[in-house]
Amino acid sequence: MSTDTSNRVEHWQRTKRLMFITLTIWFFFSFVVHWFANSLNAFTFLDFPFGFYMAAQGSEIAFVITLFWFVKAQHTIDRECGFAEED
Amino acid sequence: MAIIKGDFIDNLPKVYGMYTGGFIGFVLLMAIFEQMGMGSDTIGILFVAFTIAIYAGIGWMSRTMAVDAYYVAGRQVPAVFNGMATAADWMSGASFVAMAGGIYFGGHGYLAFVVGWTGGYILVASLMAPYLRKFGCYTVPDFIGTRYGGNLPRFFGVVILAVASFTYVTAQINATGTIASRALQIPFEVGVWFGLSGILLCSMLGGMRAVTWTQVAQYIVLIIAYLVPVFWMSNKQGFGLMPQFVYGDAVQRITELEAMYNMGSLEAVSGAKAGLKALTVPYAAAGNSWAFVTLVFCMMTGTASLPHILMRYFTTPSVKAARQSVAWSLMFIFLLYFTAPALATFTKLSILDPNLATGIIGKSIADVQALDWIQKWSNVGFLQIIDANKDGILQLNEFFMRGDIVVLATPEIAGLPYVISGLVAAGGMAAAMSTADGLLLAIANALSHDLYYKIIDPSADTKHRLIVARVLLLVIGAAAAFVASFQLTSILGAVAWAFDFAASGLFFPIVLGIWWKRANRQGAIAGMVLGFLTGTWYLYMIRWGGMDLWFGIDHLRFAIIGMPVSLAAMVIVSLMTPEPDAETQAMVDEIRIPTGETVLDSSH
Repeated sequence: MSTDTSNRVEHWQRTKRLMFITLTIWFFFSFVVHWFANSLNAFTFLDFPFGFYMAAQGSEIAFVITLFWFVKAQHTIDRECGFAEED
Repeated sequence: MAIIKGDFIDNLPKVYGMYTGGFIGFVLLMAIFEQMGMGSDTIGILFVAFTIAIYAGIGWMSRTMAVDAYYVAGRQVPAVFNGMATAADWMSGASFVAMAGGIYFGGHGYLAFVVGWTGGYILVASLMAPYLRKFGCYTVPDFIGTRYGGNLPRFFGVVILAVASFTYVTAQINATGTIASRALQIPFEVGVWFGLSGILLCSMLGGMRAVTWTQVAQYIVLIIAYLVPVFWMSNKQGFGLMPQFVYGDAVQRITELEAMYNMGSLEAVSGAKAGLKALTVPYAAAGNSWAFVTLVFCMMTGTASLPHILMRYFTTPSVKAARQSVAWSLMFIFLLYFTAPALATFTKLSILDPNLATGIIGKSIADVQALDWIQKWSNVGFLQIIDANKDGILQLNEFFMRGDIVVLATPEIAGLPYVISGLVAAGGMAAAMSTADGLLLAIANALSHDLYYKIIDPSADTKHRLIVARVLLLVIGAAAAFVASFQLTSILGAVAWAFDFAASGLFFPIVLGIWWKRANRQGAIAGMVLGFLTGTWYLYMIRWGGMDLWFGIDHLRFAIIGMPVSLAAMVIVSLMTPEPDAETQAMVDEIRIPTGETVLDSSH
């Protein structure tokens, strides 16, 4: 491999950081929100009890958006560090 | 063959567009036949027979004798189509038939499954799939065996994969048997073998390539079958075009009705048949937060450890496509999963609300028992009414049914034409068959590639390997159908166990193999064996050994016990033993970047 080592180091640093950010968002919508579901149910959102809404739709919508964002962000990292595949 | 294949890949949108049009045409034709007086039995048989014939045709056309086509579909499945195939692979008979029913009975607490079975894909995309694709393995144990070196890690990987997937596949064959026996009116035991032959027709000749293209076809059938009745019903009941966003009122109304019917203070009525339940859990109450998040955690880590899902991402043309394909998978799964709570809510409201024509609670039992759908489903033992207080009025605690009814009988409850019921049966069949196909292939591939070729006979030639793979597929399929015909476990229990087995044994060895260079052979063995055994031991002890639950962790969540043990064992043992050699460390560096050749070449 002729690619220089510093690119690899930078690429992995940024990939790790993206992973931690993604998993923080994931953790929030997977666990934190539902841990407080009882209190959230006191509010309504689109006529739903809010805690119920987050379990039935809110978290799922957040997951889909996060994942498409993640794919884009990782591709940007790959491209800027010179590791993007040609297609 | 190469030319035809190239054309096929280029023309995928057109091919599946025509297929979708053809399927809709078939549904309309059946609707016309129904108007002309064709019997409902004939329509049901035509739906199931026609769709299975198509899948089998695709399986036949995708037959192959090339190793990389058999194991990874030639690595040329575009991201969006792989997303559809994964969604079909993922959504089992349980998701299709049982999920809405589970929400109907379990309310808010049951939504933990919906959250867990979607959020797990974030773990798949960020921690695993792209790196495994770059690795170039054929199976999950292939990665474990090569990354950690030696036959022992590979062997334990195969064992855990086989246990988890086999648990899961018996539940799926059970579901195909149930649906086939009802639609074709044959005994359940015959239905199981009938379902199996359909499944094998799809996978035997073409391996992963055949399974991929049938799964795309199955996804199209199952999503149409799930969405059409919901849209139709909501239009009929005045909830508008996009019912998923507007059922908030219905949820609140259900809470009011539950209070009106004194849910919670009613005494439990005994004497119902096994498997039938009355409504006892408040629909929108959040319940126990600990129970919710632990179930979410187990289902998510299980998602990210189940080999039949991970191996789908080995089939994409690039690392980037593997990543995109995870996002598309989640999108296609989301379409069904965010509809399931809406369906459960509509059905629940239409049964509870006395202001609706369909409401039955609080009405006279004689009137309710005269209803068509009540009679039909009582006759097959899916529904029961017990007038416990002898007042002739149906109370909340006197109406029992099976969860499956919510999806299967909704068209009848809402008074839709029979053609919709036929469509739903075809959808349920597609969901169960596609998952069973993926699981059987995962087990047979691991046994043929990792156990037979890599461990037992590394000099076997291509032809030999692919024949062994097919014989194993047949044997495992037959074994699964044999076990399924006894109906030992409930479908949902078996599915959750599969997730817990996979998460306990495989999650950390896979993740740390990519993210922690220091992880070595001894650590991986310790992590797999101790995690898996501790989880299994805990399951055994609380289920059959009479042990008390630890921290309220029940049998659906035993990965909470197995996973920490797996992590601790893997880290401690790795640190106590020498670090992996330079070659292995370079290999880990290589899988972390998308460019360059795969670590394993295509003829390994």
